[in-house]
Amino acid sequence: MKIRECGDSMLLVEFDPVIDPIVNARVIALASRLRDRRARGVRDVAPGYCTVGVHFDPLQTDLRALEQAIAEDANALEDGAEASPRSPIEIAVRYGGDEGPDLEAVAAHAGCSPAEVIERHTARTYRVYMLGFVPGFAYLGRVDGSIAMARHRVPRERVPAGSVGIAGEQTGVYPVSSPGGWQLIGRTSCVMFDASRPTPSLLLPGDLVRFVPAVDRVR
Amino acid sequence: MTLGSLEIVKPGLLTSIQDLGRFGHQALGVPVAGPMDAFSLRLANQLVGNDADAATLEVTLIGPEVLFDAETTVAIVGAVFEGTCDGRAIPMGASFAVHPGQRLKFGRVVQGARAYLAIAGGILTEAVLGSRATHLVSQMGGLTGRALSPGDRLPVLARPAARPSRKAFGLTLPTGGRARLRVVPGPQDDWFDADALKALTTVSFRISPRSNRMGYRLEGPPLARAREGELISEPVGMGAIQVPGAGEPILLMADRQTAGGYPKIAHVISADLPLAGQLAPGDFVEFILCTRQEAIAALIARERQLLRYAVMKDAS
Repeated sequence: MKIRECGDSMLLVEFDPVIDPIVNARVIALASRLRDRRARGVRDVAPGYCTVGVHFDPLQTDLRALEQAIAEDANALEDGAEASPRSPIEIAVRYGGDEGPDLEAVAAHAGCSPAEVIERHTARTYRVYMLGFVPGFAYLGRVDGSIAMARHRVPRERVPAGSVGIAGEQTGVYPVSSPGGWQLIGRTSCVMFDASRPTPSLLLPGDLVRFVPAVDRVR
Repeated sequence: MTLGSLEIVKPGLLTSIQDLGRFGHQALGVPVAGPMDAFSLRLANQLVGNDADAATLEVTLIGPEVLFDAETTVAIVGAVFEGTCDGRAIPMGASFAVHPGQRLKFGRVVQGARAYLAIAGGILTEAVLGSRATHLVSQMGGLTGRALSPGDRLPVLARPAARPSRKAFGLTLPTGGRARLRVVPGPQDDWFDADALKALTTVSFRISPRSNRMGYRLEGPPLARAREGELISEPVGMGAIQVPGAGEPILLMADRQTAGGYPKIAHVISADLPLAGQLAPGDFVEFILCTRQEAIAALIARERQLLRYAVMKDAS
């Protein structure tokens, strides 16, 4: 564990630079402990894949004390699996057609049929490593290597809300219409983010996710 | 106290509702948003007796025309605009009274890029996750998460106008479209060539036309990397100077995403971010290295400047 200063108002806590469920579980646990401290001056605690960002007001924060608190909390983390493994959240997806305009391209990339892409995408249980980009956008890993197609060189100007995409070994759902470069293979009606809900984001760091073909409109 | 409204007659180039930002939800990917120049927003609020985080209008380069249907007190702080209220020139950097039926027209921007129109009591649109700040890409906050357009009516308080304030000494704005911003290196300065940090701090960079509230693309010599590849995406803050593979740096501003995968060679210090917020496409910026101690000292000096204009809260 290493702590780096990012400018004068953020610390970055770094674990091993890997995309790994065990490292990510430590990141999420550390972020939660730090948040619970409600330390003076700390404005926000944001977990990444293998890092935790601690945003603070430099005039309200004792930097050395904050670094010490982070070190204490990191040392107190227990190794191993998360305390309470969660059951996967299911997301129903309408694959292909107008709603998944890149399904054919991903199939061509994988050298298989579109139906096999759907099989491979729905076969795995994914982990929410982190949220970012826009509210409720969860980075899910990892997808089957054969369908892990790189993102578009030129992003689309508008990707509709609910679009399900692949970018390398990541997959995810666009919560709102936005520009985006991921390979779009389908769409869901799940509301990924709603600020008026008690828990605004459908997916939280550390959650498990399974995609299932929507029963009404399997193509 | 009764409710009045402020109507957007003409929106200008980009006018949005901003308070100090939406902190506390970055774990859910919720961007902070908030002002490009937080210092001017806070000073504007202070001049009309508001709390520091009351919602204001951020106006950009071409200001709006707004119509009040209530008596209140307002202040415009930040970039210097030519402006009139019912045809009379209005002061910049001081509070003044407006009356029902009066039109506030922003004219040409004279210096800087963004100004804040604070209204006594703040703009009372609905807060989302504790903030009224508009984030354009995620369509959150403000008025349905978008830039304001003609006919929008924003709720404000109607209250007897306070006496005009004296003129406040605000931010020293960029002159001739040039500004110097102090930076501290890191956190990934070791990802770059030894000459890259030197290049960053000796050459002028031009703010690209492809810049916005999310970030400024900086045109200049490419900053050469010492190593290839991308970082595993990690949390980022305002003021980070990230460098994509092609070497063209991007200075992350108010509407930045919560995380990013490009290495960051340096960070603009908090005390200089308001000045960064006063730059426009085509302007030039120079970066100067400083220490953390200098960064904190500069921030304390900024806070002292605000304290000088602390006014008694209007009791009405």
